[in-house]
Amino acid sequence: MTSTPSPLHLAVALDGTGWHPASWREPVSRPRDLLTARYWADLVAEAEHGLLDLVTIEDGLGLQSSKPFGPDDRTDQVRGRLDAVLIAARIAPLTRHIGIVPTVVTTHTEPFHISKAIATLDYVSTGRAGVRVQIGPRPNEAAHFGRRTLPSLPVGGYNTPEGQKVVRGHFDEAADYVEVVRRLWDSWEDDAEIRDAATGRFIDRDKLHYIDFEGEHFSVKGPSITPRPPQGQPIVSALAHGTIPNHLVARAADIGYVTPHDSDQARAIVAEIRAEQAAAGRADETVHVFGDLVVFLDEDPAAAAARRERLDAQAGEPYTSDARIFTGTSGQLADLLQELQQAGLSGFRLRPAVVGHDLPAITRGLVPELQRRGAFRSAYEADTLRGLLGLARPANRYAATTA
Amino acid sequence: MSKPLKQIHLAAHFPGVNNTTVWSDPAAGSHIEFSSFAHFARTAERAKFDFLFLAEGLRLREQGGKIYDLDVVGRPDTFTVLAALAAVTDRLGLTGTINSTFNEPYEVARQFASLDHLSGGRSAWNVVTSWDAFTGENFRRGGFLPQQERYSRAKEFLETTNQLFDSWRGDEILADPSTGTFLRDAKAGSFVHTGQHFDIHGQFNVPRSPQGRPVIFQAGDSEEGREFAASSADAIFSRYATLKEGQAFYTDVKGRLPRYGRDRDQLLILPAASFVLGDTDAEAEEIAREVRRQQVSGATAIKHLEFVWNRDLSGYDPEGPLPDIDPDLGEHTVARGRAQVRMYRDPLATAREWRELAEANKWSIRDLVIETGNRQTFVGSPATVADTIDDFVQADASDGFILVPHITPGGLDAFADQVVPLLQERGVYRTAYEGTTLRDHLGLAHPDGRPDVRSAS
Repeated sequence: MTSTPSPLHLAVALDGTGWHPASWREPVSRPRDLLTARYWADLVAEAEHGLLDLVTIEDGLGLQSSKPFGPDDRTDQVRGRLDAVLIAARIAPLTRHIGIVPTVVTTHTEPFHISKAIATLDYVSTGRAGVRVQIGPRPNEAAHFGRRTLPSLPVGGYNTPEGQKVVRGHFDEAADYVEVVRRLWDSWEDDAEIRDAATGRFIDRDKLHYIDFEGEHFSVKGPSITPRPPQGQPIVSALAHGTIPNHLVARAADIGYVTPHDSDQARAIVAEIRAEQAAAGRADETVHVFGDLVVFLDEDPAAAAARRERLDAQAGEPYTSDARIFTGTSGQLADLLQELQQAGLSGFRLRPAVVGHDLPAITRGLVPELQRRGAFRSAYEADTLRGLLGLARPANRYAATTA
Repeated sequence: MSKPLKQIHLAAHFPGVNNTTVWSDPAAGSHIEFSSFAHFARTAERAKFDFLFLAEGLRLREQGGKIYDLDVVGRPDTFTVLAALAAVTDRLGLTGTINSTFNEPYEVARQFASLDHLSGGRSAWNVVTSWDAFTGENFRRGGFLPQQERYSRAKEFLETTNQLFDSWRGDEILADPSTGTFLRDAKAGSFVHTGQHFDIHGQFNVPRSPQGRPVIFQAGDSEEGREFAASSADAIFSRYATLKEGQAFYTDVKGRLPRYGRDRDQLLILPAASFVLGDTDAEAEEIAREVRRQQVSGATAIKHLEFVWNRDLSGYDPEGPLPDIDPDLGEHTVARGRAQVRMYRDPLATAREWRELAEANKWSIRDLVIETGNRQTFVGSPATVADTIDDFVQADASDGFILVPHITPGGLDAFADQVVPLLQERGVYRTAYEGTTLRDHLGLAHPDGRPDVRSAS
């Protein structure tokens, strides 16, 4: 082993004008462009300029809200958004290397539709697609679909035994959902299309497979209508805070986004995920654990702190987050990332507080700083997202059993 | 004064999973790779077409209990491809076939409104229905919908999505940093829908898109389908591409519009049409004959016969005579996931007619399927094809055509290069896009009378 740090992976989480609720009011922000393709194309071009592994795109099946369980009727924050999968598809042909990972809500959508949508995103990006799965427990979102009554939030919140039962139900469904999506990606073997003029057969149907999934919330027959995507299995990722989502990450995902506030917490989360990964028989597989951080990045720590204070004052309250909030310089952030990397994280998903300011600060400040330290790539080394993440193209589960 | 010339509307259907798509041709490319879609879309845009059209099927077809393997199999996700195509085109309309049975209004409305934003107002939705448990096996609810309710669900689905599209007026976003007001109205996007199929309420989260609503296409041909189109669609994707049938259909459907308070320009009729070009008419005829033989192999001919016979006919020789046994008149079980089988309403009569034709002409099974199958709509030199298309439109047999080439992705190139300039010379086809949205191309008004579903405040 050498003492050279192993390169870390960097992602940026895109959401509106940034993660601070007053970010849209900054002169550098473009709140009136949020519904245009140009806006998203510019952001992703900037992220690709910085050689980042991937961008995630937030989404939701209801209006954004500062309240966890329903609309907040606020008019002073960004409201309204575009479908994340469609944004991802719209920018894919404009980029060449960066991974594109839209958010998908598992609770109300069809795994069959999403499987082919992400497979197709993989085709239109020639191998750079991923998906971030998210549960949708909000009752107001369920009312948008009208198909099911979700268990109501227990009085004591989610951190009660009853609350954990509700959470477990949603994540069990999410696990089934990921299983269906993944089986459908494998439901065509890579060489199923034969175009055999002699027999007149376009496909070898023995290389197409019914997935025959049966679960509590859905049963899906298959095969997919879309052939196996370029990466075989596009990247599956999830945000996790707590044991239940950590288990989803360990059992089914390629990347977990986690929210430790220090190295000890990071070590504990990674240990929990690794243990469950081993229990699930995935010890040999690479599962990345990325730390999520909200970032205010400036050339001077005081400037970053002042900017955060100014934004908080505009918002009328201090910004709080599930993730640690970093305020400081690129050098300080690089120190922190390397420290957390020592605790077992393999990468980071940075949430720019103000995307118009903090995204270029990441790509033009943090990235060169990490490169100087030998901790980040100096050129894209692969053409696919799996390649950037050091993941081989996986064998097809159905081909393996019939070979 | 003679009647002013009608302007012809043209669109391009990406070749689909049917035997009309010739995958065995050396020029045939991928049906999945994005480069094929990009090539096809760029050709359509170069030819100033109104839009590109994608079909959809949510379960792979089966015949005799096995996945059907003789045609192109597999296609990408409709919304994802259309959004990606918005990145490589500027004006071309983007029409997707999206099922109203195995989707929910809130999600589909989000997807179309998003596509409309991301394409600068170029989205269109071909609303289709299905009901079958066969397709339902891929979805949460399975085969939940009785056949007789499929149009009732489709109609309510469309009404509900319209309500969602209209839940934002378009002036709600102020985004004024000086006052800190992003949204003019905290209740933007509010909706309540209570009906037989949907009982939903809340706030829609995609603000109003450039076209207000996507352009609506309808493709069904039943009495219910025609009424649905007359009441709710902007365009019909019809199957009547012969002059007489086209005129009859055109008159029938346009005649239904006044009942819904709509005028004749508010619903375009666009039949699907195939074409074969040659340097001369004779050469085109020769090529067309060859293409039909490519489209109907011996194996395909047997499978096609099974649509009518509803029996396993794999033991028959495609170069031999027709089966002397009669069709099985029970529930159709041989071909699944294929709307086509419902066209043969009296299989016994069809079988009798085909046997007589084959005997009289000394046709084999394959000959019969080739000869009775659809000939290409337009066969001839570019001048002949341009003439025919123009005559057809001027005679009110349609408002234009949705062209379906038989080769992917280059099957449209010759039409764009050779036929379009002739139509332009005649003054019946645009030489440049006049507007930016698909509504502009089709001459449709921006949807107005936007109902405000919120209580006045």
